[in-house]
Parts: sequence; structure tokens; C-alpha cells
Amino acid sequence: MKIEGKKQIWNDYQKEIAEDHFFYVRSCIRQNFFPGSEKSFLRIMKEELKKDVYENPSHTTCSGIGYHTDIVPFETSMTMVARQFALMTEAGYENFTTSCITSFGLYSEVLNTWEHEPEMEEKAREFLYKATGREFKKPKNVSHASDVIYRFRKEIAEKGKYRLVNKLTGEPIRVVEHIGCHYSKMFPSKGVGGAEYPYVLIGMIEDWGGEVIDYPERRHCCGFGFRQYLVQANRGFSVSCSKKKFDSMEPYQPEMILTNCPGCPMFLDRWQYAISEMEGKTYGPDGTGIPVLTYEELAGLVLGHDPWDLGLQVHQVPVEPLLDKIGISYDPEKKFKAADGSDIGRPEAPVYLKFYPEQA
Amino acid sequence: MAELYDKLFADVRFREGLTACLNCGTCTAICPAAEFYNYQPRKIVDILQTKDEEQIEALLKSDTIWYCGECMSCVTRCPRGNAPGLLIQALRSLSQELGYFTESEKGRQQLAIKRTIGKWILEYGYCVFPSEISPEMHPEQGPIWEWEHKNIEAVMHRLGANYKGTGPGILRKIPDEALDEIKKIFEVTGGIERFEKIEAFSKKKAEEMGMKLEDGIDNEYIKHIYTTNSGKHTKTHED
Repeated sequence: MKIEGKKQIWNDYQKEIAEDHFFYVRSCIRQNFFPGSEKSFLRIMKEELKKDVYENPSHTTCSGIGYHTDIVPFETSMTMVARQFALMTEAGYENFTTSCITSFGLYSEVLNTWEHEPEMEEKAREFLYKATGREFKKPKNVSHASDVIYRFRKEIAEKGKYRLVNKLTGEPIRVVEHIGCHYSKMFPSKGVGGAEYPYVLIGMIEDWGGEVIDYPERRHCCGFGFRQYLVQANRGFSVSCSKKKFDSMEPYQPEMILTNCPGCPMFLDRWQYAISEMEGKTYGPDGTGIPVLTYEELAGLVLGHDPWDLGLQVHQVPVEPLLDKIGISYDPEKKFKAADGSDIGRPEAPVYLKFYPEQA
Repeated sequence: MAELYDKLFADVRFREGLTACLNCGTCTAICPAAEFYNYQPRKIVDILQTKDEEQIEALLKSDTIWYCGECMSCVTRCPRGNAPGLLIQALRSLSQELGYFTESEKGRQQLAIKRTIGKWILEYGYCVFPSEISPEMHPEQGPIWEWEHKNIEAVMHRLGANYKGTGPGILRKIPDEALDEIKKIFEVTGGIERFEKIEAFSKKKAEEMGMKLEDGIDNEYIKHIYTTNSGKHTKTHED
């Protein structure tokens, strides 16, 4: 095959990502569990990359978790989506970027449905007008926030203070990447690299100095499964999916897991803790776990942001072994302090999973 | 007569999700739920394309349609462009419309989801809200979440949130006008009607089962549906 041919094929797996002027909508799960990631995204975009990112305080959940637990009808969710588009239109923006993968999937699904059945779009317009008096234009460009960081990954590397390299050995950090299912499994053309070669996180890891690990269950779901986690009786499904992935990646000795979905890092983090309590099993060396990071956190670390400003203290699997390897400086004393430095106690240490700072 | 099939066909996701299934089983091979549960998406798609009303009714009343995690891995792999995950969504919607969901253990769980996620969407404008995620209902969240939950305002402030505040930001209070708009959207589009159906059919079922069902989640029926697992759903129990 000629090089041009290969390049042509790869072209089919590219997507257009806007360069500036983003209408930003947040993620419910991200705000609850890793709020520092959204804070980091906006800091990087606005302060470091000097981009225009606008957030309207009136935007809400897209209802995606309700939709995928099947308590919310499609007609309702597509009108919730239409309302977000209306807020974008009213603010004079055309590039829509979302922090959430479930939302990204839902926006893609709604737009795709409207394309196939234009009468559904008409219905959405009628519903929205009747409910709110609002009207909307469809976005020119829809991206997930990880697409946007991917687009600017080289700029971030250039401005970076750290590289994903073990400072003692000079070897690249070994990274497992996990893509949220709804990023490109439903609509491959909407994701960088499609569903076959999702490149959105690989691009970041490689450009920031790390090494990507391939392993058998790389594309398996983290196990959220919506109702399969949200209802306690079903959580065996959720933890089993995560465990399948951990068991599969363990022989390759990953030093961290990088994710682009708000839910996945929470599950891959919390289920490592739960498995350790259930079976005494930990997946890192010497009783440690495999730290699970979001792409916003990793970008922040590369740029030299303070780990505790990024919110790395609210991970159940401690990140300190990774920070130490790269040589990222941090103050252990400040890990669990309030914003004004006051003492608000600290979480209890798990039974098996090594916890930092270790209790004196 | 193909009443149930016609009702399914009226759902746009059914039309998007079913072209023609050749029964290759690729969806079952890739399906995380099929690996864990006694479950085969291939079988479901096959039943649907036969249009057999009796079998479709049995599906709507079964645990089977509630096993899927809606990860949509099947969509990527189907060589004929079917989307079993979308068909599941259509089946679940119809099961709730007709009240058949209360006939199965997994289906009955819909009320617990409606009274948590459904309530939070309308009340907070978020699908989940940290003060509602209790460590008791979520032991897997670990000591880190216990600490966060106990110090939620201080922790959220430290992490840069605008917790319950005005203006933009993480976990800001969604303005009342916006919450009103969401409620109106739910009214106009059938969202409220869906919620009311889940409530009404569940109340009937609770009575039938002789269980107490008051408002909120602190009652016998909700606790029952939230925690009950017969242990007969997984592969090890396959006949």
C-alpha cells in the first residue's frame, strides 16, 4: 500500500475539532466526583491557551443518565438537548463542547436521528418552543472536551514543565488508556480514530512522553452500565467488568490509567478499592493500586499545576507513586486541608490498599 | 394482529436499531452483559424480527431486557448495522408504558431509579448531586467519599466548585427559571407521564406483594427492589 493510501485511510478516522470560541457544558458525574478536572480544563483553555470558552449558568443536565436508565423518554431527552443548543445559539456560539461522554453520545444520537428523520427535529423544535419559548440552531461543531485537549496536545507539551518519564530511569511512563464507550462505539465518525483506532488519548500520552500499553481487554466497558451500577443489587455486574480489565492489564505492569469519560475513572478508581477490601487484591506493586487519571488532570500535571489544585486528593487510589516517579513536587501535609489551610480531618486508610500520606 | 410490534416500531430507536439480523451472534460475543448475565442480545433481536407477539410479551415481562448496560459495544460490531442496545431501549420504554416492568425483579428496580435519578434531575437540574450520594447506599465509594460527603462544602470549595452558588461553575445552583423550564419540557414531552406510570404500576405491585410503599426511598418496597438479587441471573445459574 502506498503512503498516500495509508494517509487517506487515516484521514477517514479524523474529525473536525473547532479551534476557538467554545460553548461549554458540564458533566454531572465529573462535577460530583472529579470537579478539579473541569476547573483544570477551563484554566488550561482560558489562561494557558488563551481560548474563548463560555459557560451559561442556566445550562443543566442533558438527562443522559435518566435516558440510559430508561426512565426518561427519547422525546424528553432530545428536547433537553435542544434547550442546550438554544442557550448556545442565544449566546452567539456555534462550537459546542461537552465535558461528558454520555452527553456527547446523546448529542451525537439526537443529531443523527434528526438527520434520518427530520420530522423528529421538527417535533423537538415544537416541544422546546412550547415549553420554553426558545429556538435553536444546530451546532457547527460538536466536540468532547478530550477532543479539544487532543487538538492542543502539542501546545501543552511545549508549555509543559514535566514529561511522562521516570526521572530516575529515563524510561517512559507505561500508560493504559481507557475510552468511554459512548465516545465512538455508537458513532465512530464522531471520535478521533473512530471505534477501531481511538487515538484521542494515545495522542496525548505519546506527545507528553509516555508509552501506551496494549492489552486484551482494552476496549471492554468499565462496567458502569447505568442501572447496573445505580441499583445496589446490580453492582456485581459493574465490579466484574472492571475486574476483568484489571486482571487483563496487570501482567503489563501499567503505571497509570488514563480516561476520557467522567464515569470510567471513578469506577476504575473505586472498584480497585472495593476489590482490595473484598479479596485483599491490589494491582500495583507493594500494596499500591494503579492510579487512574482524567485527561484534564494529566494535562494539568504536565503543565505543572499543583496536584491538590487538580483534585488528585479525592482519588481513592493514591497518585503519589506516579507523582514521585515523574518527579512532580507536592506537599503531603496539604493533601487533605481545606482551601484556607484549615484541618478538616482525613479519610480513613483502607485495609489493604496503601494510602498516602502514611499515618505517623 | 401485531400490536406490540407496532408499538415498538413507533419508537424511533426501534426503526434505527433493526434492519435485518443474520443471527451471527457477534453482538453476544462482544456484549459485557452477556458475559456476566444469562443473556444473549442475538436472541432478543431474533425474537423481534419474527414479530411473534407472544414471545415479545414474554420479553417485556422478563428480567432479560433489563440486563443490558447500554454500553452500545454491539452497535460497533454488528455487520448488518443493527443496534441491539437501541432495541433494548425501545423494549424497556414499552415495558414501562404497559406496566409489564413490575413483573420482573430487575424491571421493578425502575421505581428506585425514578425516585433517585429522576427526582434529582427535576429538583437539582443534575442527574446526581453529592449530598444525595450517601456512603450507606454506596459503600464501594470508600473512605475517600465518606470524608468528602462529611465535609462536602469545604472539599468542594477546595476543589474550585461553586457549590450551590449563583453564577456559572461546578455544582452551582441551577437557577429556578431553568428548573422550571426543565419541568415544562418533561410535561410537554411525556417525561412526567412516564414518571407517573412508573409510580402507579409500582404502587399496584407493592400492594400485590404486601409491601409498604410511602414517598421517598426510605420504605419497605424501595429497599426491597434496590437490594434484592435472587442470584439466578448470572451465568453460573444458566440452565
